[in-house]
Amino acid sequence: MFIILVFFLIILMVGAAIYAIVQKDLLYAVIATGVISLILSALFLLLQAPDVALTEAAIGVALTTIIFIITIRNTVRHEDDFKDRDDLKSAVK
Amino acid sequence: MSIFEIIGGFFILLGSIFLFLGGLGIFRMPDIYNRLQAGTKATTLGAMSVIFGVGILQLEDNWTWILKAMIILIFIAYSNPISSHALARAMYKSKRYPYIKSTDDNMDAYREINDNQSKEEKS
Amino acid sequence: MTYVIYIAMFFMIVGLTLSAFRFVKGPTAGDRTVALDTLTIIIVAGLVLLSYVFNRFIYMDVALVYAVLGFIGVIVIARYLEGAL
Repeated sequence: MFIILVFFLIILMVGAAIYAIVQKDLLYAVIATGVISLILSALFLLLQAPDVALTEAAIGVALTTIIFIITIRNTVRHEDDFKDRDDLKSAVK
Repeated sequence: MSIFEIIGGFFILLGSIFLFLGGLGIFRMPDIYNRLQAGTKATTLGAMSVIFGVGILQLEDNWTWILKAMIILIFIAYSNPISSHALARAMYKSKRYPYIKSTDDNMDAYREINDNQSKEEKS
Repeated sequence: MTYVIYIAMFFMIVGLTLSAFRFVKGPTAGDRTVALDTLTIIIVAGLVLLSYVFNRFIYMDVALVYAVLGFIGVIVIARYLEGAL
């Protein structure tokens, strides 16, 4: 019975990962990364590894999101806003 | 079937139905404020009910489950309204207008007050 | 008791699916953040239910960590959208 739950969570996680890669808006990709780490933690718990799930929860939800948001604030939000490396350098405050 | 199983199963079923209603509301509602209302209030009640039900279910075997369930419940009860309030405030300050059929829209009055305050601060 | 757990998990799976639809479809960043918040709270409830299913007391710690830390990401995203970070 729980194999259905595991397959559902895996499908949801892979869908969020594909969404994070395809998406041009980097803020949406960061939110998708939060969804990935959320579901990955539930999968670790289903695979009987609560310590790994605890670490994934603490790091993936809080730390990764904060660091990526601060990075986006200091650079640009959309992927298409800069053309080459010099343009990216000029965008960094 | 003991009395704890009946009460705990009732709470778990009630909470799961409220979680489903939260998901349905976040799918069906027209704008961001209605989605916040459905997606945060209903799921707060649902999650609290499920966790309390699990604590009740284990009460006859191991009474320490209800203590940890109460701790999780207290943290949910303060953290979920905080995030909902911060998100609604951010949407309101970034001038997202409500749905067109929402009758109680004070956004324009808020913007006038805000403009007057900024003029007074500049002058 | 087993059927009650199965029915509850079915409702939670449907709620997760609807929130994921809103996450993919939502027009702005606020809608996606609301979907993330809803996914977080449904998964907290699901983790507590799984800890009852496996009958392990220690599994509730993961749900506790999510209940404590889950709102920080939403608050950071909200402050960024507000322009006040």
